[in-house]
Amino acid sequence: MKRYAREISVLGVLLLLLCFLAWRAPDFFQAQPLRSLLTREAPALVVACGMALVIMTRQIDISVGSQFSVCSVVAGLLAAEGFSISVVTMLAVALGSVLGALNGFLVAALGLPSIVVTLGTLVALRQGLNLVRQGEFVNLPDQFQWLGQSQGWGQNALLAVAVLVVVTLSWTLRHVAVGRYVYAVGSDGEAARLSGIRPKRVTFGVFVLLGALTGLAAVMNVVQSPQVQPLSGLGLELKVIAAAVVGGVAISGGRGNLWGVFFGLLLLACVSPAMIHLRIEAYWEKAIQGGIILLAVAAEGLRGRNQA
Amino acid sequence: MSAVPILAFRQIEKSFGAIRALRGVNFELQAGEVHALLGENGAGKSTLIKVATGAHAPDAGTIEVAGEVVRRIDPLSARKHGIACIYQQPALFPDLTVEENLALRLEPSSSWRRVDWSTRRQRAETLLSRIGAHFGPDREVRTLSMPEQQLVEIACALGAGARIVIMDEPTASLTRQEQERLFSLVRALRAQSVGVIYISHRLEEIFALADRVTVLRDGASIGTHVVTSMSESRLIELMVGREVAHLYPPTEFSGGAIRLDVRELVCKAGGLKKVSFTVKAGEILGLSGLVGAGRTELARTLFGITPADAGEIRVDGQLLSVRNPRVAVAAGIAYVPEDRRRHGVVLEMPVSHNLTLAARRRYFPWGILRPRVEREAAGHFVESLGIKTAGIGAPAGSLSGGNQQKVSLGRWLATEPKILILDEPTQGVDVGAKGELHRIIRRLAAKGLAVILISSDLPEILGMSDRIGVMREGRLVTVLPGGSSAAAVMAAALGKTEEEKSA
Repeated sequence: MKRYAREISVLGVLLLLLCFLAWRAPDFFQAQPLRSLLTREAPALVVACGMALVIMTRQIDISVGSQFSVCSVVAGLLAAEGFSISVVTMLAVALGSVLGALNGFLVAALGLPSIVVTLGTLVALRQGLNLVRQGEFVNLPDQFQWLGQSQGWGQNALLAVAVLVVVTLSWTLRHVAVGRYVYAVGSDGEAARLSGIRPKRVTFGVFVLLGALTGLAAVMNVVQSPQVQPLSGLGLELKVIAAAVVGGVAISGGRGNLWGVFFGLLLLACVSPAMIHLRIEAYWEKAIQGGIILLAVAAEGLRGRNQA
Repeated sequence: MSAVPILAFRQIEKSFGAIRALRGVNFELQAGEVHALLGENGAGKSTLIKVATGAHAPDAGTIEVAGEVVRRIDPLSARKHGIACIYQQPALFPDLTVEENLALRLEPSSSWRRVDWSTRRQRAETLLSRIGAHFGPDREVRTLSMPEQQLVEIACALGAGARIVIMDEPTASLTRQEQERLFSLVRALRAQSVGVIYISHRLEEIFALADRVTVLRDGASIGTHVVTSMSESRLIELMVGREVAHLYPPTEFSGGAIRLDVRELVCKAGGLKKVSFTVKAGEILGLSGLVGAGRTELARTLFGITPADAGEIRVDGQLLSVRNPRVAVAAGIAYVPEDRRRHGVVLEMPVSHNLTLAARRRYFPWGILRPRVEREAAGHFVESLGIKTAGIGAPAGSLSGGNQQKVSLGRWLATEPKILILDEPTQGVDVGAKGELHRIIRRLAAKGLAVILISSDLPEILGMSDRIGVMREGRLVTVLPGGSSAAAVMAAALGKTEEEKSA
């Protein structure tokens, strides 16, 4: 129990918020708006899982927003060209993997600090996209939205994909040896290397995985609207890093799990609609989210101090 | 010794939660004496030091400085009282120069005062000459060796006009020569009627240096004795509170097949020059030499961390190309590195995960973790190595030093190695755990492992080795038979044999 204290406390705060809403704003729990809210957040959840793994290895990737935009636009263009959804998805995932591999190569093979590398790719990808597309929207073919099905069916499908990603990755982290390498490399890369683990490969791998998940998330986002906005991924990095930190992933690496990230993202996602229902002015949204992040970091700091 | 003590602790108690770290400690330090503080890890030495430097406030008891009762010491008043502490790992700013480091410690902490560079320079030069340093005040601290950094720490203490100097295992990373220099410095301090509290695990240092010794056990002071009235075995007995079986169990080695055969190994990055030797199954080859002689570098080359540029490594007659640690592990080589606090165990990971980390292929053949297998394996090593832990799920960082070392050792035993390289396995480990580790090492050798034991602790090398290899400046200068004298090993390490030859 003590090992998961952090995850449980995030869940506790989430439940507390939900209980409060049930009391003060029962309207929040109408099925359709709730499902729409969750579906909107599903892509971010998928990216947040990848981000959590990167942070667990004591790295960070702040370029996911740009990767997301590039993958979205390319997916849209491919769809407009008439490629089927499965082909578009595969190509978007492949493109994301390549972008992740670029970051991974610079960080793992060349040993450059990930925050600087991904700051570079953040700007380069964003500006490159602007240069080529001039901010143009991409109109999608009709049968593309909601995977060519009804809205409800599409939403359920997207939620299923997101949950599947969480479950699969979470299981892998716990039950497959590579999952343990992630923790070992994040806690003490040199000790891991002396134990015969290849830390560079693990680091490269998590960046590629994050890229692939970002590609997948881009498609999950694209199918929710009739058009692709080139700015769709703006600020995504902040959201997913915040979700990971709130969910108990130690920014210093080596600690955390994906259920915490899941709860963390839900908590942050509930803030905005909760405010509408509680009739709090929207200006407060970012402040409240920021407050939650600071609280989480403070909790992390106190935890570290108690252990020392 | 009837004068008023310059520092006295009376019935000091200190608890951390449920743990009573100090339960009534009495300790007196006179001016002009070197007073050794002795005890196993966890006996309360560090806590007592932290009370003296003001890092911890005692729960009960009184502290007297020069006969006056002080309610409590905080870091600032510690300086005012003239208390200075020299830690094992110097706490200096690596990117600043010696002069700047001294200034930071010694100048009043008023942030906006103008810097008086010429006084600063003068003081630095005076202090450095007083400690007999061979480096100037403009050297950046990170370019200094560990012992040189310790000298800077001592200079700080002198500059602050310290009358009470606490040294916490100052020789842990020093070579013999450097130790001697440090000793003469300590004696000089004593002559200036400074009181020195000296903490060390090495009994021979205490006999060489200290006037009196106070033994701590389980947070209580067992007694203070004049060193000349004590014997080594009596001190050990006091520390552990029971008769320890001899620290070095006798060898059972009577010859075996050659396990490891190294020929003309060269590694430029590690500074190794044509190293050749063999180790037989069941044999313990001790590796002695000064710090920087290339012992750790040899181990790292054998294990593929810094691969060899030339030469041959054979395991059971089979030629290997050890390009990286995985090849070494696959060939049956295991390396328990020094500095366990940094890279021996993954501190945040549970003991069980740490134990299975290197033997993944054996326990998890398809990369799928098997919790039951892991629990059994971890339980086995916890039992067979006597690892004291709250449970196999406890983080490795929560264990004591000796037990972390056992976890590190267990991890490598789990790979079922043929060759075990131990780098300073008992450094910073208390006497009780040390004897235990030695028995474990003997037992492993008796099972047919070829063991390479790297140690800066000469008695350990002499007591444990079936043969003793001595390294100097990247070469293996000689391999002496077991039972050689300390003088012979030292002479080889210092290069006397070669001079004799050429003479």
